[in-house]
Amino acid sequence: MVSGTTIVIDYGAGNLKSVENALRHLGASFLTTSLPSDLDKAERVIFPGVGEAAASMAELRRTGLDEAIRSYVAAGRKLLGICIGCQVIFERSEERATECLGLFPGEVRRFPAGSGLKVPHMGWNTVHFTRAHPVFDGIPQDSSFYFVHSYYPAPADPEMIAGVTEYGSPFASCIAQGNLVAFQFHLEKSGPLGLKLLSNFLSWDGSGTRSQSGAPYTVLGARPGAPHA
Amino acid sequence: MLEKRIIVCLDVKDGRTTKGIRFKENVDVGDPVEMARVYYEEGVDELVFYDITASAERRKIRIDTVRRVAEQVFIPFSVGGGISTVEEMREVLLAGAEKVSVNSSAVRNPGIIAGGAAMYGSQCVVLGMDIARDPAMPCGYGVVIDGGRTVTGLDALAWARKAEKLGAGEIVLNSIDADGTKAGYELTATALISHGVEIPVVASGGAGTPEHLLAVFRDGGADAALVASMVHYGTYSISGIKGFLAANGLPIRKT
Repeated sequence: MVSGTTIVIDYGAGNLKSVENALRHLGASFLTTSLPSDLDKAERVIFPGVGEAAASMAELRRTGLDEAIRSYVAAGRKLLGICIGCQVIFERSEERATECLGLFPGEVRRFPAGSGLKVPHMGWNTVHFTRAHPVFDGIPQDSSFYFVHSYYPAPADPEMIAGVTEYGSPFASCIAQGNLVAFQFHLEKSGPLGLKLLSNFLSWDGSGTRSQSGAPYTVLGARPGAPHA
Repeated sequence: MLEKRIIVCLDVKDGRTTKGIRFKENVDVGDPVEMARVYYEEGVDELVFYDITASAERRKIRIDTVRRVAEQVFIPFSVGGGISTVEEMREVLLAGAEKVSVNSSAVRNPGIIAGGAAMYGSQCVVLGMDIARDPAMPCGYGVVIDGGRTVTGLDALAWARKAEKLGAGEIVLNSIDADGTKAGYELTATALISHGVEIPVVASGGAGTPEHLLAVFRDGGADAALVASMVHYGTYSISGIKGFLAANGLPIRKT
């Protein structure tokens, strides 16, 4: 059951259409807005994105959405970050040395050049959930989702990592903490399983986040010496 | 592990698909939107629409087609054909396409690659390259444009690298020599370009059997493979091709 207002943040990053189409397909009502005050009435917020960190942050600052998102997350309300929306929640990005929202400790790094890896990381890749989460319900372990990005989130706290993807090395492709979930991949372009994730988020009551055992992986960028199996 | 993509290519003219297909009578045969939906449900990884027409009226039809595809197909798709300005790229992206492909227009005006990448990001800008064997070229292949009618004198590898520097996020490499032969992709050229750049390369032209896809992934170093007539005529299904490639040890998305 989806109740309350779903807000899609419009900060000029493009790709809004895909998220809106997916929401419409699921029969969800929503409001796309660039007005910070609209976040007050949201039951849940979707923070989408394709694009570039510096331009995205500049637009968030210009519109005042940066502060609105900060207080929204600080109040522990439900947020879904996608791609750029999964990156700018951290402190800084290597993409044009951008200061980000700084909601969580960690940074956003570029896949190493000259390592034989093609950059952008473009295409379908598997996601290995490192813990259970209500938003992942019904998604088989190691399912594939659509990625297109050159930078990846590296949370300082490995407890935030809820799923990893291998590209050269494992990186954090799913982030979950409290009422925040964020995905580096585009669930709105990931076929029926992506739509299922989106639908799970819409009906998520925010509770029932299961016990966090931490990522049993050495993930790129995680704090050195952090506990892992 | 990053999976090998199977991409279906739909040639669209005046809002209709130009190739005959196997779909049953309950489907409007040749409607690209309907075809896209069926391929999506069959588990294709991505779609490409090429529209050779570019007049103002036809542009409206194209935008409408893109919009309708985006409403029902939740996988990435790109649109190409006659796109020669950043403004036209914008229209296609706003209508819901993930990527825009430029080909002849990029040879005439390489600035469109840089302009598109600066505006929308490299991930949106695909360089379509038609190549033909040419011993006079340093790499052995030259770039041709205008559907193969115009020889540019550009070396294929040099052009691919230049486009990468300008900001192209992906290359669709189409071999004029192999195109339509169903005798297999041009493996040598695909390997040359794929290993010569650091952006993904999609092999195109010549696919006739699943073995051809296996070869272009294994020996051609391709990141993705374009198929058209081998699925449009019902000779092979997406799931059949994927099953064959997975059974041969390639990383393929399960659907």
